[in-house]
Amino acid sequence: MSLRSDLGRVRGLGSANEGTAHWWAQRVTAIALIPLSLWFIFSAVTLVGIDRAGFKVWLNEPGSILLMTLFVIALFYHMQLGLQVVIEDYVHNERNKIVSLVLNKLVAVFFGVSSVIALLKVAFGG
Amino acid sequence: MSTGNRPLSPHLQVYKPQITSVLSIFHRFTGVGLAVGALMLAYWLNAAAYGPEAFERTQAFLAHWFGKLLLFGWTWALLYHLCNGIRHMFWDAGLGLELPQVRASGWFVYIASVVLTLLAWSAGYGMLGGSY
Repeated sequence: MSLRSDLGRVRGLGSANEGTAHWWAQRVTAIALIPLSLWFIFSAVTLVGIDRAGFKVWLNEPGSILLMTLFVIALFYHMQLGLQVVIEDYVHNERNKIVSLVLNKLVAVFFGVSSVIALLKVAFGG
Repeated sequence: MSTGNRPLSPHLQVYKPQITSVLSIFHRFTGVGLAVGALMLAYWLNAAAYGPEAFERTQAFLAHWFGKLLLFGWTWALLYHLCNGIRHMFWDAGLGLELPQVRASGWFVYIASVVLTLLAWSAGYGMLGGSY
C-alpha cells in the first residue's frame, strides 16, 4: 500500500502518466536541431552531385563526422517524439495504437543507429 | 462516451481556412513528410557505407527530376518546420500570443521558409556552375 495521497500521486503527471518528459524532450531536440539542420542544409548544398570519394573527404573534414552524428541522433529522436503524438491523436483502437507506438520507436532506433554506423564506416573504413 | 442526440460540432471542412489553422496543420504535414525524408537520409548514408556503386545509384536517383522534386519539397518542409518550430518556442515562452502577432509571425514564417528554400537551391545550382 502506498502512503502517497491520490493528489500527490497524479500531480504533474497528466493523462499520459509521463508528466512533461515527452514535451520537454521534444523541445530540447528541437533546440539542438535548429543549428544542426541549418548546418546540414548548408553542407548538403556544398555536396550537390558529389561521389563517394568526395563524400568521404568531406566527412573527414574537422567537425563533419561529429555534427552529422549529432544531427542524425537528434533528428531520429525528434522524429520518434513527433510521430508518437500523431499516432496518439489519430489511432484510437487501443491494440493498433500500442503496436504503432512500439513500431515507431523500433523504426526510429533502427534507422538512427544504422545511419550512425554508416557514417562511421564511410569516415573510418576503406 | 455516449453523446446522445447532442448537436455535433461543425465539421472541419465548413471552416474557412485561415493563416493560423493552415500553418498549424502544415507543421504536422511537414513533420510527417520529414520523417520520410529522414528515412531517405538513412538510405543515402547506408548506400555510401555499402560502396561507390550503391552511392552512385542513389545520387543518380536524387539527380533525376523526381529526386530533385523530393529534395526541393524536403528542403522547404525542413525550413518551414524549423521556422514555425521557433515560432512555437516563442509561444511556449508566453510571447507573441495576441492574434495580430500570431498572424504576422505566421506570414513571416511562411515567407522566410520560401525565401530560404530558394536561397539554398540557387546556391546549390551555383555549386554546379550551371551544368544541370
